[in-house]
Amino acid sequence: MSFFEKYRQYQDFAFADYFRSLGDGDIQRIIQKDRLSELDYLALLSPAAEAHLEEMARRAHGLTVRHFGRSILLYTPIYLANHCVNRCVYCGFAVHNAIPRTRLTLEEVAAEAQLIAATGLKHVLILTGESRKHSPVSYIKDCVGVLKKYFSSIGIEIYPLEEEEYRELVDAGVDGLTLYQEVYHPAVYDRLHPAGPKKNYAFRLDAPERACRAGVRTVNVGALLGLHDWRSEAFFTGLHASYLQNKYGHLEVSISPPRMRPHGGDFEPVEKVRDKNLVQYILAYRLFMPRGGISLSTRESAFLRDHLLPLGITKMSAGSCTAVGGRCQPEAASQFAISDERDVPAMVDMLYRQGYQPVFKDWQTL
Amino acid sequence: MKDDLVIGGRPLTSRLFLGSGKFPSNRFIPKVLEASGAQVVTVAMRRVDTDFAEENVLQLIPKECLLMPNTSGARTAQEAVRIARLGRAAGCGDWVKIEVISDNKYLLPDNYETIKATEILAAEGFVVLPYMSPDLMAARELARAGAAAVMPLGAPIGSNRGLKTKELIRILIEEISLPVIVDAGIGRPSEAAEAMEMGAAAVLVNTAIASARDPVAMARAFGLAVAAGRAAYLAGTGATQQYASASSPLTGFLREE
Repeated sequence: MSFFEKYRQYQDFAFADYFRSLGDGDIQRIIQKDRLSELDYLALLSPAAEAHLEEMARRAHGLTVRHFGRSILLYTPIYLANHCVNRCVYCGFAVHNAIPRTRLTLEEVAAEAQLIAATGLKHVLILTGESRKHSPVSYIKDCVGVLKKYFSSIGIEIYPLEEEEYRELVDAGVDGLTLYQEVYHPAVYDRLHPAGPKKNYAFRLDAPERACRAGVRTVNVGALLGLHDWRSEAFFTGLHASYLQNKYGHLEVSISPPRMRPHGGDFEPVEKVRDKNLVQYILAYRLFMPRGGISLSTRESAFLRDHLLPLGITKMSAGSCTAVGGRCQPEAASQFAISDERDVPAMVDMLYRQGYQPVFKDWQTL
Repeated sequence: MKDDLVIGGRPLTSRLFLGSGKFPSNRFIPKVLEASGAQVVTVAMRRVDTDFAEENVLQLIPKECLLMPNTSGARTAQEAVRIARLGRAAGCGDWVKIEVISDNKYLLPDNYETIKATEILAAEGFVVLPYMSPDLMAARELARAGAAAVMPLGAPIGSNRGLKTKELIRILIEEISLPVIVDAGIGRPSEAAEAMEMGAAAVLVNTAIASARDPVAMARAFGLAVAAGRAAYLAGTGATQQYASASSPLTGFLREE
């Protein structure tokens, strides 16, 4: 079974009718439940639940402290290459955008790694665009070989691979996978990905599962909020995480709730996802998946990140840069504009001030 | 009367073990140890970060306390063994708490893999304290494999639900000659006392202290509760009765012949 079968169970579900059927009593009862069903989760994503965000927040905070403690794992992305053959309408790296294309040499990878390692961070996430010609698996493997000397945990956020290729990277030292489906709705997905290998919805959807079979320890999934109705996309993201957790018991699963940011293209979000919506999504997911991680990137402002922190966040990026080699060459082209520009010491200070322990290391390659 | 708990040849006066995760900073750990009187603290090797001076748990734990690295994150016996060896190589001593968890939804231990890891590490001279689901047959296997104690869960980690597995733990206490240390699930000092009254050798607490409004004060409360429960066990609690003694007992007709 693939997650697509789970998706299909709800494909024709009458979301609007279900939302209309919910009253305050339903929401209050669900907030107090120990285990939430899939439809309970959906109920907490409904407009009716918007009146109960404070109760949801109290419960979400308590669950997070119990299961994760007062600690936040800090990590940072490293962009290795921005060559891309896809035409995703919402992405700054898409092939039709006239930006300088580049790929780090292994020496440049080491130089970026040294700068990051000097900040104390030990978990990194490596990113590339989708170009098997410019950034083949062998190149990524070589980069992992370099990065292993500096970091205790390496995640990948690259194009979807075959199971055997994931295994190759796991053997090389990769322990985590981040892969956003971007849009779970197949027709919308098709429209937003007009050409390139990324057009293959099913290959992307099943990639986290292939990575699980290949032995990754952590998987982070997400929908890019703003591309389609956020409530249903949040619902399917949570279901995807739950599906993976149920099927691969050893997995440490997490979600990201990324919202569209300004980028080097002209696509505008189809839907404005408000701060209130983002909060509701985080809270509903926490109640549905009490032990699931939630990763919050520097796409969000410092103010918002500080306030989202106690609601259920478990991982945050710090000192981010979305340009290839951007730490060594500040003028390089970014995939999207980051919002929270704080460096690692500033994030550490903020966490301590809020009564949270900054964690730089939460795994080491065995 | 001297009532030390001796594990791996080391006498311990306190029967409260602490977990070190989940605190707002590792700098809380020495304070919590002091307030509770605990002498053993378990630390996840995966989190030990000797480069981060402010949070380096190896530097923060007082010398008179015993550091027990744990294999949190291990999914198989093989991974647990590798983590344990890394811990010893890093200077964390010979004690190790085995955690092998292949279920991240409830964090329930895998007894089968735990037994395998225990066998390997005990043979290498480690003092092995395995975290387990309270199953008598598994506990016997752990004893045979060379465990220094067994650590059955009272309820799933972080659940603060108390002694949900009480009857199974009671059987382990009766049947296993090793110290039985109740690990995980204890949410309140009264539940720690209850485990000790039953005859548990010790209890390990983390979430209930770390997630308290005042962790240091809660640590003190747990220290007192564990000592009280132990004292009650040693005093021999009076047998409890389900019903009041009937004034006309069913066997009242018997006369001395």
